[in-house]
Amino acid sequence: MADDLLSPVRDEDGAPFWEYAAHGELRVQACADCGEPRFPPRPCCPDCGSFASEWRPTSGKGRIWSYVVAHPPLLAAYAARAPYNVVVVVELAEAPHIRLVGNLVSGRDAPVNSVPGDRIRIGARVQAVFDGDGMPRWVLERS
Amino acid sequence: MAGLKDATAVVGIGQTDFARRLGEPEKTLACRAILAALDDAGIAPGEVDALASYTMEETDEVEVAKAVGFGDLTFFSKVGFGGGGSCATVAHLAAAVATGQATVGVAWRSRKRGSGPRPWRNTAVQLPTPAQWTRPFGLLRPVDEIGMLARRYMHEHGATRDHLFNVALACRNRANQNPAAIMYERPLTREMYMSSRWISEPLCLFDNCLETDGALACVVVSAERARDCRHRPVYVHSAAQGLPAQHHGMVNYWNDDPLTGPAWTAARHLWKHADLAPDDVDVAQIYDAFTPLVLLSLEGYGFCGRGEGGAFTEGGAVEIGGRLPGNTAGGGLSEAYVHGFNLINEGVRQLRGTGTAQIPGAATCLVTAGEGVPTSALLLRN
Repeated sequence: MADDLLSPVRDEDGAPFWEYAAHGELRVQACADCGEPRFPPRPCCPDCGSFASEWRPTSGKGRIWSYVVAHPPLLAAYAARAPYNVVVVVELAEAPHIRLVGNLVSGRDAPVNSVPGDRIRIGARVQAVFDGDGMPRWVLERS
Repeated sequence: MAGLKDATAVVGIGQTDFARRLGEPEKTLACRAILAALDDAGIAPGEVDALASYTMEETDEVEVAKAVGFGDLTFFSKVGFGGGGSCATVAHLAAAVATGQATVGVAWRSRKRGSGPRPWRNTAVQLPTPAQWTRPFGLLRPVDEIGMLARRYMHEHGATRDHLFNVALACRNRANQNPAAIMYERPLTREMYMSSRWISEPLCLFDNCLETDGALACVVVSAERARDCRHRPVYVHSAAQGLPAQHHGMVNYWNDDPLTGPAWTAARHLWKHADLAPDDVDVAQIYDAFTPLVLLSLEGYGFCGRGEGGAFTEGGAVEIGGRLPGNTAGGGLSEAYVHGFNLINEGVRQLRGTGTAQIPGAATCLVTAGEGVPTSALLLRN
């Protein structure tokens, strides 16, 4: 449907991320031997070569590393929401080299264009929230 | 050790018209560019025994070879990563010729990106990784992916939109001197740039390359054979590809330093095998699908330090007469966007002394492929 945003096309390595997300958890893959977290998920550890991995819970806290505000031309469903705020890259508090792409929204169920671009700054603290579709979104941490 | 250095030369270049829409199909355009390049070299199609192309090329070796009447092919390669592979085609042919696997190599690019579909609109054919981590959130297009790096670059290093404009303006000024360029008769002003529409903030319309139909080709032979061709040989002095450790393509967000990319890797190899240093480069053709890629490439190839790419462009440094005149036919931003192949042909013209914005006495030229994806580069000399 032209109105639908794209769903993640999962691969086998990435599937656990989305399964945890569907339960409202933000987890990242980590080596079960040397403990090094990695993203995107992959079959073995680039540091030690181990094929053993685990899905480590995170606090869901991070900081905005960068962002763009997308304007048309875009796929129809996205053009209808443009300029949809902000696609942000968030570096995770526990593993700063893991940076998740997502949308900054004004609340858990708010639309992707609910925060204007001029409200965003690099370095702002954000918290992961999960909408009904199991897609992680990000909200600004309230102090 | 016998190496690549000056062992081969580009002896022929050819191209079609560039336009938003050309009537002929990609295969026909490819044939026209290839035959023009062979004619420029003075070499018959039947002598060609090696081919090189790069992905997102719709015309394959079988179709091209039988259409233009090539001889028996003993070497053919196709390099990955779209615009990152442009210079690698010449590098692969140089390696094949230098090692005796072939004698006459042709590289080509034919593309109807102007009138054809935009690749990012295809939602069926998307790489499962990393697309699952980016596209659902609306990071859809190359301009969004590079815009993300550009914003961070500007934040970390104090680069401004004026620095990006300097790149766009230099390309446009050179295109205004090049009758073959799409933007030949269309000057750009700072006011036009600053007031243009956003595509993906912080990048505006003029930070984006053109959408072009067109084809180009070049011919590579041994240095010995090159001396018998029609034009002054342009030697492949050094060539490199670059895929850095833990690199993630255009969404290179998952390593310690996303702002140093493939250019750094390619550059280390390129200079290691060259008799030249960055200061010896007379003219550069730097891949410019988006203006910020030029700032990153200036750093990566060693023309300035980390974070200095923006400041480097000040004071007309990449204009004619500047420290490093760049993209002298207009580049992807203002001549034509044919995945960087036009940068190779312009490098050859500059070293023949036949550029439309000729750098007097140019003897060395750096040509780069796309930064932000696994890339490649050539150091050419005459």
